[in-house]
Formats: sequence, structure tokens, C-alpha cells
Amino acid sequence: TLPCDARVRRAAMAPRRPAKRLVTALCRAFSGRGCQLAPKRGAERRDAAPSRVSRFCPPRKSRHDWIGPPDKYSNLRPIHFYIPENESPLEQKLRELRQETQEWNQQFWADQNLTFHKEKEEFVRSRLKAKGLDLRTASGQKATLNAEEMAEFYKEFLSKNFQKHMYYNRDWYKRNFAITFFMGKVALERIWNKLRPKQKKTSS
Amino acid sequence: MAASPHTLSSRLLTGWGGGCIWYLERRVTRESPRRFLHLLRNVNQQWVTFQHFNFLRHMYVTQLNRSLKQQIKPKPEPAESPFLEKTSLDEAKAEICEMRPLVPPSLSLSRKPSEKALIEPEPTSVIEGSIDLGKETKEEKQWKEMKLRVDDLPGILARLSKIKLTGDSSPPEPPEKPLDENKVKNTALVVSTTSAGFALAPAPFDWSCFLLTFVGTGLASCAANSINQFFEVPFDSNMNRTKNRPLVRGQISPLLAVSFATCCAVPGVALLTWGVNPLTGALGLFNIFLYTCCYTPLKRVSIANTWVGAVVGAIPPVMGWTAATGSLDAGACLLGGILYSWQFPHFNALSWGLREDYSRGGYCMMSVTHPALCRRVALRHCLALLAMCVAAPALDVTTWTFPVIALPINLYISYLGFRFYRDADRKSSRKLFFCSLWHLPLLLLLMLTCKRRAGEEGTGAPQS
Repeated sequence: TLPCDARVRRAAMAPRRPAKRLVTALCRAFSGRGCQLAPKRGAERRDAAPSRVSRFCPPRKSRHDWIGPPDKYSNLRPIHFYIPENESPLEQKLRELRQETQEWNQQFWADQNLTFHKEKEEFVRSRLKAKGLDLRTASGQKATLNAEEMAEFYKEFLSKNFQKHMYYNRDWYKRNFAITFFMGKVALERIWNKLRPKQKKTSS
Repeated sequence: MAASPHTLSSRLLTGWGGGCIWYLERRVTRESPRRFLHLLRNVNQQWVTFQHFNFLRHMYVTQLNRSLKQQIKPKPEPAESPFLEKTSLDEAKAEICEMRPLVPPSLSLSRKPSEKALIEPEPTSVIEGSIDLGKETKEEKQWKEMKLRVDDLPGILARLSKIKLTGDSSPPEPPEKPLDENKVKNTALVVSTTSAGFALAPAPFDWSCFLLTFVGTGLASCAANSINQFFEVPFDSNMNRTKNRPLVRGQISPLLAVSFATCCAVPGVALLTWGVNPLTGALGLFNIFLYTCCYTPLKRVSIANTWVGAVVGAIPPVMGWTAATGSLDAGACLLGGILYSWQFPHFNALSWGLREDYSRGGYCMMSVTHPALCRRVALRHCLALLAMCVAAPALDVTTWTFPVIALPINLYISYLGFRFYRDADRKSSRKLFFCSLWHLPLLLLLMLTCKRRAGEEGTGAPQS
């Protein structure tokens, strides 16, 4: 059988989002000098908050995660997670948690930044209109308000989103701790696995 | 064959292969391209996408001898990917097996030209449909492997601990240079103020004690800064000032950051507690706690964070003093008070220019929510600095020369504070901020030169 079959089979056995895993597996099967498949992030399917689909696929030989440039909307750097051949259940749980947190973060910040820019534009437009000024200056540049006028908007925006940030902060701290905790567990598991065969050798 | 540009491709590929392609070409030119296809890659990436693989029966791109033929828009519609994901497992499996033999980068075709024709470009051909494709290639090059290199580790950890005075190497910002908060909240400044506190304390200068204090405080500061960055990854990503930090860039994992912080905090506090004295150790531990568990989360909840942050900044010189004398006396409190007051003109002026980022990122800062208070507090504390400098000789920390020679710089910063209060614009805030950067080291230096020597007559507290 072809090695790619094994990967596809493993992908098929995954409990959640089989199609997505399949895409990842296919991606690995084809990757050599670059492949254009990329697991489409759940956030893009679910939400209005747009995000460019990353077409990145890491080289086949690589056994590490890859991190990309900051996203246009959320400013967060997407991570492409490496799935090892012998991934343990704990490692899988960690990876899924990280993937899910990444999508959740992406969704929040893309939405937040877009809302901010949209509301800022509206504010500027309404203020300029109230002042009776054009949206463009004589030189053709976009007219802006000075910092003090904008300060009113910043204050309003901050207080409007305060509750939203409270919930986000709480969830972020929980997730961050969980991820770090699992990373620790995975690290310990790996160390233990490395030591165990040696122990068996010495005992036998 | 008709002598049309389309058939040039068939000239590139001879025989049966060429014939198949010609057949497809004719089909393509007849059908109106409804769906969009991602183009074949250039020389370095000679793969045909899996998406193409299914759509090639509808269209493909050919390359002419001299010119690029742009028949299809490169970016696929979103409709395509769901299609891909809904593909059944078996079908995909079959297709993979079909694709496998075509791995070697040579010109080849599948056996069923009507369904799965595959075109591999010649090595010399460059097939690039649009700017979008170019952008994506560039974007792909920006992806970095998350592999920790041991050589890079010291630099990364230095940035994590905010050791340097100049902060991270941020890209140039138009039009004004951003105010780099790292210039303040960093380990170098913390150990400097601790050293100043140690030196100003009325006790003989003990080098071993000094070094232990220096190292211990440095380690504690590294730990605190690392934890701070650990908590703030998504927020740091969204602010220009902080977007090049190691955790944001994925240069190290959160686990490593926490481990590093623990490896710094434990020996740091232990060194202070057992190497110096328990009071200094307790202050060090308290400061770490205050910075990581109070100040950092509070930044997103209430403007009170600024006051907590000022206390965090005030503790290191107090630690230096207690390390030297072993007790928390008036002089220590005065020194702490000076640093505490200094934080306000410094930070408030800095935050004035960052209001947009704070608002968007959800940070509760006075400059955003209570701008008048922000300026008032800055001015108030500039004047408090002046008052405390006068109190210094009264508490036997320095001679009376000190407030006199420090008067010019104190008056200057108060003047800038007043201008900031009155004008409330970016220019005055920047002036105040930059003044605070040189004001503090100069003030501490003057204090050191005017230090009350042991045995001198004083009007304040009796000599011990």
C-alpha cells in the first residue's frame, strides 16, 4: 500500500472534522516543494469576519509547527500544526485545543478590529458632516479629525466593548493556562517515553 | 490543427500527450469559464493543485513561448473549498492513488484524459496568473518553522525579559517614531534603580551584597516580564510597539516562557532571601506578584492599573536600600516615593499617544477614559517630585545641595507637565515623555553625588 493510504486512513479515524483532517493528510501526501491545500479554518466558514485562506503547506521533511505572517484582520500569526505519525491522545488533545483557540482568537480579533475601523470611519464621517467639511481635503487626501476629537470616539468605543473584553479576557486566561498545562503534560509524557525503553533495556 | 495560440501547447508536448491537451484546449475555449481556478505554480513549486485536478476537465492554463496567457482568474471562489472538503473519503483516496505516480516532476499525464488530465509545466516555464499569486508566494515565504535554535535562545530570552534599554527591533513607523514602552519597563532600568537605592543607603558599600542584590533583582525582573508577555500574547500582537515580541512571533512556546520565568524567579528570590536578607526577598516576591497578578490583568479592567504599576516601579530602589541596611526606614520610603511619582508623568505622557491602540485593544487607561485626570495626575506628580527632592536632605538622605542643584531639572519637568496639562496634545506629551527619560537617571546621579556621608551633621534623623 502506498504510504499516503496510511495517512488517509489515520485521518479517517479522527473523531472530529474528518474532512478537514483529510485535507491536512492530503496536503502532507502531496507536499514536496509546496502545495496549495490548506485546512480551511472553521472561523471562516462560520463567521462574517473574513480572513484570508492560507495556502501554506509546510515541506514534507519538516517535523515542526510553522508560524505565518500576521493576519491582515486579526494581526495574529496563524500556526500550522504538525501532526506526528505517532501522535498520542494527549498530544492530539493539545493540538486540537491550540487549533480551536487559534480560530477563536482569530474570530474575536478580526471582528474587533474590523468593527473598530468601521465605527471609526462612521464617526469621522459624521463629525466631518456636522462640521460641514468634505470627506476629502483640497489635496485629495482623506480628511481626518485631530487627536482630541478622536479621543471621544476612543473613549466611547472602549466603554462600549468593556463587557465583551471582560468575557474575552477570562476565556483567554483560561485557555492560555490550559494550553500551557497540556504542553507541560505532553513534555513530561515525551520524556517518560524516552526514558522507558532505556529502563526496559537495563532491566532485561 | 488550427494555427491558433492555444495549440502552441500542443507543440510543446508531442504525440499522444499533445493530442489530449489539444482536445482539452478546444473544449475550454468553447466553454465559458464559469469557475475559477488556481494557477499552476512557477519553477520552484511545480505542483498542480488538487483543486485543479478536479477542475481541469473544464479549464487549464497554457503557456506560450513568449507571453503569458491569462485565461483564468487565479483566486478560487469560496465555493470550491467546501466542495473539496465534502469530497468523500473513498473518492479522494482513489484520486490520491491516481496522483501518486505523477509525483516525479516530469511531464506526464493520467490515463483518462477526459476526466483527470494533468499538466506538469516544463522546468523553464513560468506560469503565473496574477499579482495575487505573487503575493501568496511572498506570504508563503514568510512562514517560519517553529523550531527552537539553541543559538537564538539567549537573544530570545533577553527580549522576553525585556533586558535591553532600547527594547525590541520594531519596524520603522511612519511618520513619528513610536514611544517604546520597553525603554522603561525593563530589567536594565529595574536593576539600575535598585543599585541606586543600594548606593544611597547609609551603610558601607559591600560589594558581595551588592552583586547578590543586583543578580537577584535582575532575575526577579526577568521572571516578571516573561510572565507579563506570556499573559499578553494576543494583545501584544495587536499593538505596534509590542508585535515583535518572542511569544507573538512564535519563537518560543508559552511553556518555555513559563519555565524560564520559574527558573528565574526561584533562584532570584532565593538569592535575595538567603543571600541578602529576608526583607529584600519578600519585597522581590511581592513585586513579582504585584506586576504579574495585579498590574497585568488590571490593565484590562480598570484605570487603577497605573497606580499599581507605579508601586511596582517604586519597589526596586526600596529593595536596594533594604539590601544595604536591612531595614525599611524613611530614606527607603522617600526613594520609593520619588520613583513612584516619576512613573506618572512618564507613563501618562506615553499613553497619550497610544490612545487608539489602547481603545482597540481593550486596555483601560486614563488617557482614554479620563483624559483630564491623566494630565492632572501627571502635573501633580511632577510637583510632588520637586517637594520630595526638598525632603531628601530633611530625611538625611542627601545634603542640602541636592534640592538646589536638582531644581533646574525639576522645574523643567514641571513646566513640561504644565504644558501637557494645558495643551493636551501629542507634541507636549512627547516632550514630557522624553524629558522623563533623562530626568530620572540624572536625578539619581545628583542624589548620589550629594549623598549624606556618615559622620556629617544633619538636621534630620539621627545617625545610627
